[in-house]
Amino acid sequence: MVETGERTSDAKIVVEHLDFHYGSVQALFDVCVEMAPRKVTAFIGPSGCGKSTFLRTLNRMNDIIPGTRVQGRVLIDGHDIYSNGTDVVALRRSVGMVFQKSNPFPKSIFENVVYGPRIHGEKNSARLREIAEQSLQRAGLWAEVKDRLDQNALSLSGGQQQRLCIARALAVGPEILLMDEPASALDPRSTARIEDLIGELREDYTIVIVTHNMQQAARVSDFTAFFYEGHLVEFGETQQIFTMPKKKQTEDYITGRFG
Amino acid sequence: MKQRSNGFLAIWAMRIIFYLLVSSVGIIVLDILWKGLPSISLSFLLDSPRRSGAEGGIFPAIVGTVYLVTGAIAAALPLGIASAVYLSEYAKQGLFTRWVRFAIITLAGVPSVVFGLFGLGLFVIFLKFGASVLAGSLTLACMILPTIIVASEEALQAVPRELREASLALGATRWQTIWRSVLPYSVSGIMTGSILGIGRAAGETAPILLTAAAFFLPNLPQSPFDQVMALPYHLYILATQHPEAAKVRGMQYGTALVLLVLVLGINMAAILLRGRFRKKYRW
Repeated sequence: MVETGERTSDAKIVVEHLDFHYGSVQALFDVCVEMAPRKVTAFIGPSGCGKSTFLRTLNRMNDIIPGTRVQGRVLIDGHDIYSNGTDVVALRRSVGMVFQKSNPFPKSIFENVVYGPRIHGEKNSARLREIAEQSLQRAGLWAEVKDRLDQNALSLSGGQQQRLCIARALAVGPEILLMDEPASALDPRSTARIEDLIGELREDYTIVIVTHNMQQAARVSDFTAFFYEGHLVEFGETQQIFTMPKKKQTEDYITGRFG
Repeated sequence: MKQRSNGFLAIWAMRIIFYLLVSSVGIIVLDILWKGLPSISLSFLLDSPRRSGAEGGIFPAIVGTVYLVTGAIAAALPLGIASAVYLSEYAKQGLFTRWVRFAIITLAGVPSVVFGLFGLGLFVIFLKFGASVLAGSLTLACMILPTIIVASEEALQAVPRELREASLALGATRWQTIWRSVLPYSVSGIMTGSILGIGRAAGETAPILLTAAAFFLPNLPQSPFDQVMALPYHLYILATQHPEAAKVRGMQYGTALVLLVLVLGINMAAILLRGRFRKKYRW
């Protein structure tokens, strides 16, 4: 019953028959989907539909919640990240994440960006400065903060904090970027900046974004997946999903009949 | 209108209770100050006691208490923080950890004399430390451990989940996350627990009575295996056991005052330190 859209043989992420449980509550049912490299895939759906849960299975962030259970396979570059012996630390280095609520560390802007490189053993301070500048450039924040890298990150505005979190994620050198409603707490101008940024980053990164804002999904993504009550109802090119959805539920949702 | 007058009464009742409490503590402190200050002098602070404490000073007791408290903190703080980190960050939460927590909270309320007897049995007799600074410090450490563990665990859990997730999502191991993004932000909470512990360790008589304290010693302790004098025990002796109890009243109050100031001083230092941590790691 699940539409998987066109199958790309060189998919970056392949999810096969994924079930997910919080204790006795099942949150995801038999999700199968493929995500193409260097494309933006958006997950849409009403609150509680499982889209964030699904996003967090892709870097195993759900591992830290006690009592969760995963069945099925998640292949990244052909490797099942839930297989025994998977190095979760290495996984999270290559799969970066940006959260809904910007969560900079209560440290300086500089220390925030180099947190990842530091824990992975980079000690050379010239190299760390270089990484910080590159990452902040990439996140479109460098011009605004280059003279105050020593200031506490919490002194930045909400939109700047979120771009700092993006810079921090990029500093580790990921190939995939997961974004969990990255603009939902921001004003329209900051949101536009984040969306522009996603447009620039798609050239180098495989981006998966969860959003409850359908216009945003339509604007930024190449592919869209519609989730409802833990099921992946429909997946396809964004254009197709928004202009001629194949499923009645999808159509009802995007035309605002429910959710 | 009725609602408002009820609230009014309740606030006044609380206000009166508050003033009663503060003034009774104030009276005690003033009484100690009033009767203790006249006996405070440089020789009282820096001399050894003579004639069973009826003359001379209390220097060895001050030093002894400082040794005991420092030893207790040095032993209890690392152990307590490590236990709290394990309980809150690593242990699989379940029936077992619930029982462990329950046991720790219960231990925090156990009378100090029980810890004294435990220390006597374990450190003094079984481990053959004898009555000594070491045995006394470790006994005090056992006594304040529950307070430190409970406060530290609460402080660890108060660190927002977002900070842990941010760190883990960057590929930090669990330990790196704890060390860099959890512990620094819980230091001030941990210090609060320790401050409570320090106050208790400095003031308790029963645990050291059985494990460390001597009534009178001509010399300062030379090693951790020596006995020490201690302020609370000295005070206890002067107040209840001394043949000329009435004559040494001034010495009693002087000793009480010194103990009070010492505890206050240690707490102030800890509070200042905590303030600096708070400034450095505010969130």
